[in-house]
Amino acid sequence: KEMTVRDALNSALDEEMSADPKVFLMGEEVGEYQGAYKISKGLLDKYGPDRVLDTPITEAGFTGIGVGAAYYGLKPVVEFMTFNFSMQAIDHIINSAAKSNYMSAGQINVPIVFRGPNGAAAGVGAQHSQCYAAWYAAVPGLKVLTPYSSEDARGLLKAAIRDPDPVVFLENELLYGESFPVSAEVLDSSFCLPIGKAKIEKEGKDVTITAFSKMVGYALQAAEILAKEGISAEVINLRSIRPLDRNTINASVRKTNRLVTVEEGFPQHGVGAEICTSVVEDSFGYLDAPVERIAGADVPMPYAANLERLAVPQVEDIVRAAKRACYRSASLAASA
Amino acid sequence: MEAAITKKDCIITAYRDHCTFLGRGGTLLQIFSELMGRQGGCSKGKGGSMHFYKKDAGFYGGHGIVGAQVPLGCGLAFGQKYSKDETVTFALYGDGAANQGQLFEALNISALWDLPAILVCENNHYGMGTAEWRAAKSPSYYKRGDYVPGLKVDGMDVFAVKQACKFAKEHALKNGPIILEMDTYRYHGHSMSDPGSTYRTRDEISGVRQERDPIERIRKLIFAHDLATEKELKDIEKEVRKEVDEAIAKAKESPMPEPSELFTNIYVKGYGAESFGADRKEVRTVLP
Repeated sequence: KEMTVRDALNSALDEEMSADPKVFLMGEEVGEYQGAYKISKGLLDKYGPDRVLDTPITEAGFTGIGVGAAYYGLKPVVEFMTFNFSMQAIDHIINSAAKSNYMSAGQINVPIVFRGPNGAAAGVGAQHSQCYAAWYAAVPGLKVLTPYSSEDARGLLKAAIRDPDPVVFLENELLYGESFPVSAEVLDSSFCLPIGKAKIEKEGKDVTITAFSKMVGYALQAAEILAKEGISAEVINLRSIRPLDRNTINASVRKTNRLVTVEEGFPQHGVGAEICTSVVEDSFGYLDAPVERIAGADVPMPYAANLERLAVPQVEDIVRAAKRACYRSASLAASA
Repeated sequence: MEAAITKKDCIITAYRDHCTFLGRGGTLLQIFSELMGRQGGCSKGKGGSMHFYKKDAGFYGGHGIVGAQVPLGCGLAFGQKYSKDETVTFALYGDGAANQGQLFEALNISALWDLPAILVCENNHYGMGTAEWRAAKSPSYYKRGDYVPGLKVDGMDVFAVKQACKFAKEHALKNGPIILEMDTYRYHGHSMSDPGSTYRTRDEISGVRQERDPIERIRKLIFAHDLATEKELKDIEKEVRKEVDEAIAKAKESPMPEPSELFTNIYVKGYGAESFGADRKEVRTVLP
């Protein structure tokens, strides 16, 4: 059976709202409009306006209200129409949500989920195309999840809503309509994925490729191309950026001795930089080649389609970097 | 304020939170221990002066970002309404924070959703060193809610404050948010590093002390109604001073937090994730 990421998120929300009356959804256009990307379709009809709340376009205000409701013991799911708009509310995510449990020595925990599409969409320019994974993952007190498939979307969103701490849940607009195979286990309402655990999407022995969100699909495509050239790539779907599954990453690198990190975000101070540091610290002696990093170009997102393509990682970039790590850079199969 | 409400009503405030904590039933020992960063503090020494909490008595801090506590307070009120608790939240802020954009965002939503939120502007007429007229085009903060009613209250008159809070609670439960502007004053500087005399005259400060001091006002009322003698009040004062001195001495005896506390309470559930000290090869730990 197949399921779109959109339906996976919608069903996860529905099931968690049904299971726990403390769970409610708030954000711009989540109710009557059925969600800007239809993630909340049908929920207003089912749960009513007390639990599905349309907010004005005032992120600082409604995010603060969401965090306050979580202080009180409710379990808000706050939708940002895109994570770009969460910048208006980042103070509440970091100073009000992430730090409260620590500052109060455990008196005030904050069971809240901030969710919405993150990263580059297509043709929407610089202010609507940025990955915030590295930003939020830099903050102790937050958990940051990045689903790729429908299984991830269902299992991780349910885990996020059940979690007693603040979770930043980064979706991807371009994945909403994609279908993935789902097992009966994944469709069961009790299904849940562990926070802080990566998934090895494809086993391999020559080079490790880490990726999250949409880039997992690109990494898998790259692995297929590499296989044809005799390179066996292991693809790790990070799933959780904080906590970061350093054990799985390091175990894989100790096996393959080579690493390529992939992310859509800006390269400087990025997720790849942190993974590289972890491998240098814990598995330096196992590395047979310098760590390779594929990331978004170090520029604001351009609008023109050709420039935009140059600004986000492509499959051929991953293939090229993996070959470099395997000292097989001479011939380039992929063309720009 | 406490005389008009119950501990099921919530209070949230900014960084000047010591007296609110005491009013909600916190102890002097917890206050002084927290100020000194000791284990006995209300936040076990991990919060500090600006981050006191007493959740079991409806006190939600203690916030260091000017204005942020107002949407948070409206969120508490949302929780009260959602849970049908028939209680209210008082969100306190200063005249400095009264110009923050998020305050108006939260007020708008609170009015749209009829949240039982009471916004209390403690107007001491100076946001740090900036006089209100230099920061606010309209310093009539009780009127700044536009579609939300507001009352101006003599914040130096305890009975006026009590009455206003009682009225506001009844109003908020029935009709949604309301603003109370409490006209008050700050004798001392804004913080430890502010002598408090560069942006106002000493005459202004001593004038308020002589004419409007709330404790003096109560003292006079007590004498006027023969409720206590001067000696009785002096004795109470002496007793309280002793209590404070003892609490300070005791707080000094409270040990500093264990170094292992560095890594506690980051999460409720840490899932065995690793956390690191400054030198991560030397200090790394697994979060519970």
